[in-house]
Amino acid sequence: MKELNGSQMICEALKKENVKVVFGYPGGAALNIYDEIYKQTHFKHILVRHEQAALHSADAYARMSGEVGVAVVTSGPGFTNAVTGLATAYSDSIPLVLISAQVANSLIGTDAFQEIDAIGISRPCVKHNYLVKNIEELPKILKEAFYIATTGRKGPVHIDIPKDVTAAIGVWHYPKEISMKTYKPTYKGNIKQIKKLVSLIKNAQKPLFYLGGGCISSNASKELRELIHFCQIPAVETLMALGTLRNDDKFNLKMAGMHGSYCANIALSECDLLIAVGARFDDRITGKTSEFAKGAKIVHIDIDPSSISKIIEAHFPIVGDIKNVILDILEELKKEDFDNTKYQEWFKTLQRYQQLYPLIYEDSDEVLKPQWVIEECARLAPDARIITDVGQHQMWVAQFYPFNYARQLATSGGQGTMGYSLPAALGAKLAVGEEVVVNFVGDGSFLMNIQELMTASAYDIKVINIILNNSFLGMVRQWQSMFYKERFSNTDLTNQPDFITIAKGFHCKGYNVFNKEEFQKAFKAALESKKTCVLNVAIDRYEDVLPMVPAGGAIYNMILPSYKNKDKK
Amino acid sequence: MKRRVISVIVLNEHGVLSRVVGLFSGRGYNIESLTVAPLDDKEFSRINIVTLGDEKVFEQIIKQLHKLIPTYKVIDSSDFIEKETALVKIALSENFAGLDAILKAYNGSITYSDGEFIIVIASDDAKNIDNFLKTMKKYNPISVVRSGSILMEVK
Ligand SMILES: Cc1ncc(C[n+]2csc(CCOP(=O)(O)OP(=O)(O)O)c2C)c(N)n1
Repeated sequence: MKELNGSQMICEALKKENVKVVFGYPGGAALNIYDEIYKQTHFKHILVRHEQAALHSADAYARMSGEVGVAVVTSGPGFTNAVTGLATAYSDSIPLVLISAQVANSLIGTDAFQEIDAIGISRPCVKHNYLVKNIEELPKILKEAFYIATTGRKGPVHIDIPKDVTAAIGVWHYPKEISMKTYKPTYKGNIKQIKKLVSLIKNAQKPLFYLGGGCISSNASKELRELIHFCQIPAVETLMALGTLRNDDKFNLKMAGMHGSYCANIALSECDLLIAVGARFDDRITGKTSEFAKGAKIVHIDIDPSSISKIIEAHFPIVGDIKNVILDILEELKKEDFDNTKYQEWFKTLQRYQQLYPLIYEDSDEVLKPQWVIEECARLAPDARIITDVGQHQMWVAQFYPFNYARQLATSGGQGTMGYSLPAALGAKLAVGEEVVVNFVGDGSFLMNIQELMTASAYDIKVINIILNNSFLGMVRQWQSMFYKERFSNTDLTNQPDFITIAKGFHCKGYNVFNKEEFQKAFKAALESKKTCVLNVAIDRYEDVLPMVPAGGAIYNMILPSYKNKDKK
Repeated sequence: MKRRVISVIVLNEHGVLSRVVGLFSGRGYNIESLTVAPLDDKEFSRINIVTLGDEKVFEQIIKQLHKLIPTYKVIDSSDFIEKETALVKIALSENFAGLDAILKAYNGSITYSDGEFIIVIASDDAKNIDNFLKTMKKYNPISVVRSGSILMEVK
């Protein structure tokens, strides 16, 4: 029987789980753990410059690789700094394991130096958490944490380990398999329900798929593409699902919701059968719920029973892993003589909407339009992995970047966490190796975790940061302009720092960009450079994100861009 | 708002009660009353929750309780017996006329007495305990305590 101390157990578990990168930041209570990290050779530890960044990096690493992200922080402020990252991952169901150090068991509850009730704080923003009371339970807890994070509806798991436990010696017995009496996710969809769905599809006139982030986490993109083409049924995607279908797939009606395409929102409003797949009916998609898909029968396929009928009553729930369920649906469909031409009328109507009300913007030669920058980036680096921060730029990327494969995009959907993207880009780059990683970020968001430029240069992690700089907290500015009579309260960022000097200060490269030619030159230089680059791109200050559904309104009532130059016959 | 009683069987481990209660407070659901104790084999505990809401809320509560990792079972039966216990302290100086009959009606008894006061106890469902306490008012109770509900399914 092998005996190890707690810190060795942590490193052994990470090795057993095949963890290749750990993001973290040391401190007093974590000293024992860090001493073992120093000695081990199985994974690389990335010293971030702020604990929040450790979580966002681990999060994007998970989103891009499909593996679990891992972070280590110290007790007290180290842990509390990490909480935003936990919440971000929790909202988007990202598999992650956070190990935080805690003061010694004997000090817990005494208001000791750097003591905080970490378990109490993380409880609402994790799938599960543990306080390790003694060394005997540590191996099992470590194994369970990875198991819970990566199974069922995925999510972050937090383990809080007191300092004495990291030093205590115990028997190393790492369970091979986990079987928990109380946790048994359902992977297979109920076959009766699946058969019912097949008959619903056959009887529908105007069916529609509504794809959510679960399609990505279940790795079901290929199966969904097949099903959608087999049935010839159109689909809308949420922000979290972008890339499930190819951008140029004719059945892809693009993103739905507050800043979705006109066609996608009308399709949601007019369909008679809505098949929601791994989507959770977020209010940014549904708008006014009483008007949402009003005349449709609603099928909801999800691995998480608690997300079914939470917001919109599902008439036909199917609980199971999406990939399995989609494969079963395909199999059942193929048994029948299925006429996939009967939705042509419906699809033609939708295509007409697409032609009449496409996603457009008015380009200009005087001032750079963010949408042009995004499209140009896709032309110059097709297939790049894309990270965004939060704000207008995020929505423009969602609208105008042609996503073509699953896991191409990492963005904070559920929380909308500003400061996400720079650390996320670094995590993403570590996950994807040679591939190009482009981070679209606002001037406001960039300042929220700008210190991570140092992590980028310290470890030669090369990403391309494109600041779509409007000298505004643009998205808030847009709301103020539309709904608060242009009272731009605390959103003007005219006094911004010199981003180029800052980039250089962090040993990165920086380029100021004012026109198209400069953008092309700078972007090509960035592609060729070995270093992380910052392109500070001055864009039209007052550009709005359109279409837009005013908050709380029905999604078919959209403020549309001006189609004045278009033939609207 | 309707009343609903739900029982959850959870792993008897550190912090599990705060997970359950946190789920209610975090989502703004009501807890009318709460009782918790380990089950026979000590591996599990039973948490009995009386809550107020509408059908949609109850459905969510039940799903969310299921979602907690330490949850073994959520019991949402409509066939159960429910008992609450009330203790009432009354000064000896009161006029006890009729007390015997009341205690009889509510299956109650005197469970403690000394030179200054008596304590009576009754166990019944929540509604009857309401009535019992109303009736006891005429003896000007010095203090009243009331437990949450415990439940057992009959089917
Ligand atoms: C941590 C955090 N604080 C505040 C907000 C609210 N918020 C959403 S978008 C936004 C403005 C973002 O501005 P910027 O990064 O410059 O991007 P832009 O909208 O101009 O593209 C703000 C303040 C948020 N989402 N996250």
